[in-house]
Amino acid sequence: MALLQISEPGQSPNPHERRIAVGIDLGTTHSLVAAVRHGTAECLPDGEGRVILPSVVRYIDDQRRQIGFDALQNQTTDPGNTIASVKRLMGRGVKDLAHADKLPYALVDAPGMAQIRTIAGIKSPVEVSAEILATLRFRAEDTFNDDIYGAVITVPAYFDDAQRQATKDAAQLAGLNVLRLINEPTAAAIAYGLDNAAEGVYAIYDLGGGTFDISILRLSAGVFEVLATGGDSALGGDDYDRALAEWLLAESGLQAQSPEDQTHLMAHARQCKEALSAEEIVTAEVELSSGAIDLSLNREQFEAATAGLTARTLQAVRKALRDASLGKADIKGVVLVGGSTRMPQILHAVAEFFGQAPLTNLNPDEVVALGAAIQANQLAGNNPKGDLLLLDVIPLSLGIETMGGLVERIVPRNQTIPTAMAQDFTTYKDGQTALALHVVQGERDLVADCRSLARFELRGIPPMAAGAARIRVTFTVDADGLLSVSAREQVSGVEARIDVKPSYGLSDEQIAKMLSESFTTAESDMRARALVEARVDADRLLLATQSALGVDGDLLDEHERAAVDAAMQALDQVRTSDDAGLIEAESKALAQATEAFAAMRMNRGIATALAGKNIETL
Amino acid sequence: MNLQADDFELFGIARQFAQDRTTLDARWKELQREAHPDKFASRGAAAQRIAMQWSVRINEAYQRLKDPLRRAAYLCELHGAPVNAHSNTAMPAPFLMQQMEWREALDEAQSADALEALMNEVQAYRKQLLQQCETLLDQQHAYAQAVESVRSMMFVEKFTQDVHQRLDQFE
Repeated sequence: MALLQISEPGQSPNPHERRIAVGIDLGTTHSLVAAVRHGTAECLPDGEGRVILPSVVRYIDDQRRQIGFDALQNQTTDPGNTIASVKRLMGRGVKDLAHADKLPYALVDAPGMAQIRTIAGIKSPVEVSAEILATLRFRAEDTFNDDIYGAVITVPAYFDDAQRQATKDAAQLAGLNVLRLINEPTAAAIAYGLDNAAEGVYAIYDLGGGTFDISILRLSAGVFEVLATGGDSALGGDDYDRALAEWLLAESGLQAQSPEDQTHLMAHARQCKEALSAEEIVTAEVELSSGAIDLSLNREQFEAATAGLTARTLQAVRKALRDASLGKADIKGVVLVGGSTRMPQILHAVAEFFGQAPLTNLNPDEVVALGAAIQANQLAGNNPKGDLLLLDVIPLSLGIETMGGLVERIVPRNQTIPTAMAQDFTTYKDGQTALALHVVQGERDLVADCRSLARFELRGIPPMAAGAARIRVTFTVDADGLLSVSAREQVSGVEARIDVKPSYGLSDEQIAKMLSESFTTAESDMRARALVEARVDADRLLLATQSALGVDGDLLDEHERAAVDAAMQALDQVRTSDDAGLIEAESKALAQATEAFAAMRMNRGIATALAGKNIETL
Repeated sequence: MNLQADDFELFGIARQFAQDRTTLDARWKELQREAHPDKFASRGAAAQRIAMQWSVRINEAYQRLKDPLRRAAYLCELHGAPVNAHSNTAMPAPFLMQQMEWREALDEAQSADALEALMNEVQAYRKQLLQQCETLLDQQHAYAQAVESVRSMMFVEKFTQDVHQRLDQFE
């Protein structure tokens, strides 16, 4: 529903209506869905009481697939069609992936994003992620026996624009209304901070299955202000497994020759790693096609084999502290998030670095989903008195390629979002009438070392001497951390703009088709429901418009007022009919007729609120 | 109140250089509470766009107000004395001499301690410049003269960044 509702800020048009909003942690290893019920956030279990859904999808044939535990069980027998850790592929090309050759499934190089060859055809990481998200959506719908109004999806703070956009697309493909993408450490801070009434500066150390984030936040009276963030979107528990697997091969002198060997070895390495969190010594027994590994392994050996990975996380922590202009002594508490922080070496390394014991009183697997659920509940308008305010930042600088393959930074990293920043550029040659713009993200000075996000052209610049044109390039980053770029030649007014979107081989039409095919309910149900919904929406819209005219009718001139009145009358006449399509059409017409009015009211509302604040405090 | 209001009007604070950082931080959060897109998340795309414009504007003003250098440059500009940092780089000779000495000290520094000592000197000078800015802007209203202090501060800022970069190498 793209209608603009017109109630006063903070007031829901129907206070008795509760919208079901969920928080989803879409993880590398497993995913969770949580919601606020009876005033507290809780993770929703599946039919068998398990809250965790392994992020694994297995394609059995064209029609059938398994998701979660069932897929995980078949991973070693059908590695080629069982997709695990798909999060690492989101928004990434084959050449961006460090361990592409070690994956048990076949990747297909495609412009923008790698794809996966399965028995059910070529699948993009976005489609695979959508399967996981849809499973969680169904779980939530079954729990509440109702539709889900919207979802907050978490992403690693260090995800770049392409990875964020891919995640949002996956959620939309799964039929979810994305209320917001929020950063995983920020979500954890919400759950932790609200639970503990925490105030002061906190560090959130989040080591998941495939990603590492560090965020430094200031918590005060419901405001979660991110001061700096850093990390590595390709460093997580998977890498500890891989390092251990390589150690096992090196010690035994064996090789993993087939995809089955690979999967088998990795699964065992992971078991050993997990066992070593409780035990001092374990035995690794793995049958490979080239022979059997039978080794005893102690915690010290494991820690030595993976010390480089832990050191990399601490390097990112140091950088984030520097970016926040803070020292270790300024940190009031350190919160550990993510299943990989269960490794004792992480606990020790973090405690030693900060000189204090980290806080671990929330389940590191659940805390992100819980925080997302709290934010979702507030965004859906269920908590009008809620004073939660997130002020997050972008993790990586954004810029434009200039002459010589150099990057001109336009938005520096750790800038509070939403933000818009602009810079002027000019032409290089006499008579130049077009300009190619290459948008990149990253901290390095050379374009080749940064991530390429998009290319677009500004055409139709009137011929001028070199350097005479004034082309203003504006970068806008919204509250989801997503970028759009516009360029405008100041003299002629020629304009071009682009929403930065990674390509992953699916057109908008294909997505629409997939949506209607895979996630629909029985048709008759749908028709009945559509009529009820159309009537409710029409009534709500009429009521809201009526009350808006009462309060702010003065904003409209006579002509504009007449147009709104006519549209209201037209809707009023059809609202009791049995034709859902007709009601929807008239609702849409009324919404269109009031669009400008709604924008004027919104502006007046914010301006009045800000001015009111000024009078109060001066 | 509208989107064209200047930063000081938007924040409802006196149009002067001297500002209390705690007040600025608090004002920023108060204003974001009213205008942030999250507050309008359940109200559709058009509402999001309008809220975003306000939220972006509040963030822009906050970034400029909280940074003494940018705040000073902004005040000069509001009073018809733009800083024109790119086109006007003429600086007094004694200032340039001092800059050269600092650059040499930076190149020759062989330890984090030496860099810290240099940093202290630079910080002391920066404090002096800030004081000067406050006098010129808030008491004498001599905006054209303040421009020169602002330019000096820009040099000092750039140099401070370079020292930080070197310090990183010693860590």
